[in-house]
Amino acid sequence: MSAHTTEKLIYMANQIARNVTHEPDPVAMIADHIQAFWSPRMKADVFAVLDGPEGAALDPVARAALDRLAAHAT
Amino acid sequence: MDSEHGSYRPQPDFGTPPSPGERAGAASVTVTIDGREIAVAPGTTVMRAAALSGGSIPKLCATDSVKQFGSCRLCLVEIDGMRGTPASCTTLVSEGMKVHTQTKKLEKLRRGVMELYISDHPLDCLTCSANNDCELQDQAAAVGLRDVRYGYEGANNLAQPMDISNPYFDFDPSKCIVCSRCVRACDEVQGTLALTIEGRGFDSKVSAGLASDSFLSSECVSCGACVQACPTATLQEKAVKEIGKPERATVTTCAYCGVGCTFRAETRGEEVVRMVPWKDGKANRGHSCVKGRFAWGYAQHQERILSPMIRSSIDEPWREVSWDEAIAHTASELKRISAKYGRNALGGITSSRCTNEETFLVQKLVRAGFGTNNVDTCARVCHSPTGYGLKTTFGTSAGTQDFDSVEDSDVILVIGANPTDGHPVFASRMKRRLRQGAKLIVIDPRRTDLVRSPHISADFHLPLRPGTNVAVLTALAHVIVTEGLADEAFVRERCDWEEYRHWADFVSLERNSPEFLEPVTGVPAADLRGAARLFATGGNGAIYYGLGVTEHSQGSSTVMAIANLAMATGNIGRRGVGVNPLRGQNNVQGACDMGSFPHELSGYRHVSDAGARALFEAEWGVRIDPEPGLRIPNMLDAATDGLFKAIYIQGEDILQSDPDTKHVAAGLAAMECVIVQDLFLNETANYAHVFLPGSTFLEKNGTFTNAERRIQPVRKVMEPKNGYEDWEITQLMARAMGLDWNYSHPREIMDEIARLTPTFAGVSFARLDAEGSLQWPVNDAAPDGSPIMHIDGFVRGKGKFVVTDYVPTDERTGPRFPLLLTTGRILSQYNVGAQTRRTANVIWHEEDLLEIHPTDAENRGIKSGDWVRLASRSGETTLRATVTDRVAPGVVYTTFHHPATQANVVTTDFSDWATNCPEYKVTAVQITPSNGPSDWQEEYEAQAARSRRIKGHEGAMEPAE
Repeated sequence: MSAHTTEKLIYMANQIARNVTHEPDPVAMIADHIQAFWSPRMKADVFAVLDGPEGAALDPVARAALDRLAAHAT
Repeated sequence: MDSEHGSYRPQPDFGTPPSPGERAGAASVTVTIDGREIAVAPGTTVMRAAALSGGSIPKLCATDSVKQFGSCRLCLVEIDGMRGTPASCTTLVSEGMKVHTQTKKLEKLRRGVMELYISDHPLDCLTCSANNDCELQDQAAAVGLRDVRYGYEGANNLAQPMDISNPYFDFDPSKCIVCSRCVRACDEVQGTLALTIEGRGFDSKVSAGLASDSFLSSECVSCGACVQACPTATLQEKAVKEIGKPERATVTTCAYCGVGCTFRAETRGEEVVRMVPWKDGKANRGHSCVKGRFAWGYAQHQERILSPMIRSSIDEPWREVSWDEAIAHTASELKRISAKYGRNALGGITSSRCTNEETFLVQKLVRAGFGTNNVDTCARVCHSPTGYGLKTTFGTSAGTQDFDSVEDSDVILVIGANPTDGHPVFASRMKRRLRQGAKLIVIDPRRTDLVRSPHISADFHLPLRPGTNVAVLTALAHVIVTEGLADEAFVRERCDWEEYRHWADFVSLERNSPEFLEPVTGVPAADLRGAARLFATGGNGAIYYGLGVTEHSQGSSTVMAIANLAMATGNIGRRGVGVNPLRGQNNVQGACDMGSFPHELSGYRHVSDAGARALFEAEWGVRIDPEPGLRIPNMLDAATDGLFKAIYIQGEDILQSDPDTKHVAAGLAAMECVIVQDLFLNETANYAHVFLPGSTFLEKNGTFTNAERRIQPVRKVMEPKNGYEDWEITQLMARAMGLDWNYSHPREIMDEIARLTPTFAGVSFARLDAEGSLQWPVNDAAPDGSPIMHIDGFVRGKGKFVVTDYVPTDERTGPRFPLLLTTGRILSQYNVGAQTRRTANVIWHEEDLLEIHPTDAENRGIKSGDWVRLASRSGETTLRATVTDRVAPGVVYTTFHHPATQANVVTTDFSDWATNCPEYKVTAVQITPSNGPSDWQEEYEAQAARSRRIKGHEGAMEPAE
């Protein structure tokens, strides 16, 4: 997986987070959105970098959503 | 309906338009015409009543597309109890009226009138191009004219020069009878008011604008309304002159924009003579634009590819092969790649230019044959935010109204749309309502034609900075809520009240006020407040929007902000109101409906929905993946990562139409099998290994679904020049891959769609033939379809208010790129131009131009006509500038119809947060003077020329020198 692609996925997750800050439960909203619209490969790719240096660029709310999804996926 | 097909005859003309009562189905006034009793609606003219009862009163200046005029004096009648001989076109029926249309007195009067007309008309009927299709000729026959006593000497208007400047029709003033039908059609139907009668009395002449103007140089937009209205050969299609009178007529649906005009394709043999808008078409009501009416010549263009072609590498020339070889090769490549890289290395793109049935089959091939959900469609780059936003708020991924609804609108809000160029026929209907007095609010960075045009002036034009839609809409909501203008009774009844309160509290925050946001949006707060008050209090408020809403990093938020505004003001669920996306391509609504998205089966059911999946699995006998597949940009990313290897693209030119051209090219170049099915060697085909020649809308049967959810038949008027309709090609591929498909006609595909899709349950070709069109949902709950949605409540239950916080795009101006580029369309060209550039429409738009404000131009030493370099972070291109104050300082604008311009080299890969719809409408750029095409453009041209070589045709492909 190229750094370009994972960087883009992280950007996308952060962008979703920035747009749902006023939702009652932003973490659930982001998790549902990614579950519904991202392909399994895209999800796996972003889960793989959650704990690495690239994952540090994640917005905390987006991160919480991805952590929740990753936990379900395993 | 059957009578509409078959031998050619003109459509019936009832002389005057139906009254509002007739359109509502009333028939309460009984009259007797020549002894025939008929009940008609109040407000019906005697002329129309006579026609409805099966008669035909002689007439020349009356036609049912325009209001009665009463000038020709041919339609006189006698009515019991009335004095004199009133004109039947201007006399309304009354109860018990007894009309006589033919008496000795009337015969004499009519012959006298006709004699005067004919005394100044050429008698060249046998060689006239309107011979046997001319109302003057018909009426001369009807009144029994046998002699012209005045002779033909003396003063006359014969032998005047013809105006042949328009590429599609001629104006021959010698044959004009000055009935004014053309002038009135231009005024009333098209709303351009380009034509006039100059001079008086005997010297009266039809003129296109000033005396110095030709039709081409005038304001004329070449919609054809005047040509259709003309009763003689004065305004007539050049093609009729060249070919002759048509012999057959077939009603079909236009393949250009999402308005979905229906036309009569009038043919002789397998040659189209002309396309004439069908009066009974419910989308267009008998009107047309220059594209649908005239620009169909691409179907016969010499550059159309008619043989399948393959090559093992894109550096090789194409090799023409048989269909058998092409299909076998394609299937074997797909199987090889699937075996080597896995099924998820394959995918497909359905075409919003093809029919519903064709689109359905492509996604079926991908899901059932390739075994993956990697299917997407061009809506990804246009209206995917509409699908997301309206589904979230209302529960249905589509507009709420039919086009007729605009006739009842009191305030029309147009945001991010340029309907007079992008959706011209609907724009004409909207303009008619505006001339009747409806108010207009335009939210657009550019002063579009709608803002100020003859007899129309926007009450408010809010020229916002590109990228600030959400801020402007939230500020409008702020005014409506804080000034107590919201329709809380509607909200309490129809929407979730708690969500509304949450939203209302948010929009009421001071930081969402027009005054606070003015520095961000550039919109004067007073204007914004005025617009908000007008929309909330002006009566029926309707919102129309286009790609200026969706193609932003907050496209989905903007759609939801629009939905919020409509709900808060109670403007949903009846005629005259609603949220109306103006969809770009002819069948983009249909492509979305048919399950073209990687996460959705037909009818917008998520692939994770086990019940929906089970239906398809039972019908198709395969397992459907419950996880979403890749979207177009994700496919390209996966390709550059070496994970995505084969793509089947039907009727879509992603290399030209998708953002960040270099990234698209890199993605395509990384694939092992790119299959392009199209009419022409489009830009994407430069990177293709298999080319399957497609068919035009004139060569196939099927259906298109327009922006009002209207499913309309497409009917074959000629055999496919390439040998197959597009659905047949997909079926050949499916069979070669081992699927047992046996469709013999698209009607069988529609039957399958109806079985699998609840909103299409009541749709069949038989019903479409009988009723002309149907608006989905068509099912047990709505057996006759659904012109207007959410009437008694929202499809999702309660309407959902979603807080849409303004998040600025990451595409920012700065010292290197200080200007904002936004993009749009022009009337005469269509999207990437593959079709319209291959017609005479190029006369109106030979190249894409960059609009720049005089201040910005002067600072850079740029004049109109100069070559300029347009550069962004992504790339650069060159084009010519035009200096205009239609754009604000700091904003530049261009179209994207020509591949040489390559505007998408400049656009970035930023996209909508919810759908990845690209942010075409905002790019930070710099403009500098230039000497000509950039290195990239020259390189691209060379690569394109190389990749289009066909073995055995090398000589023929060389440009003539």
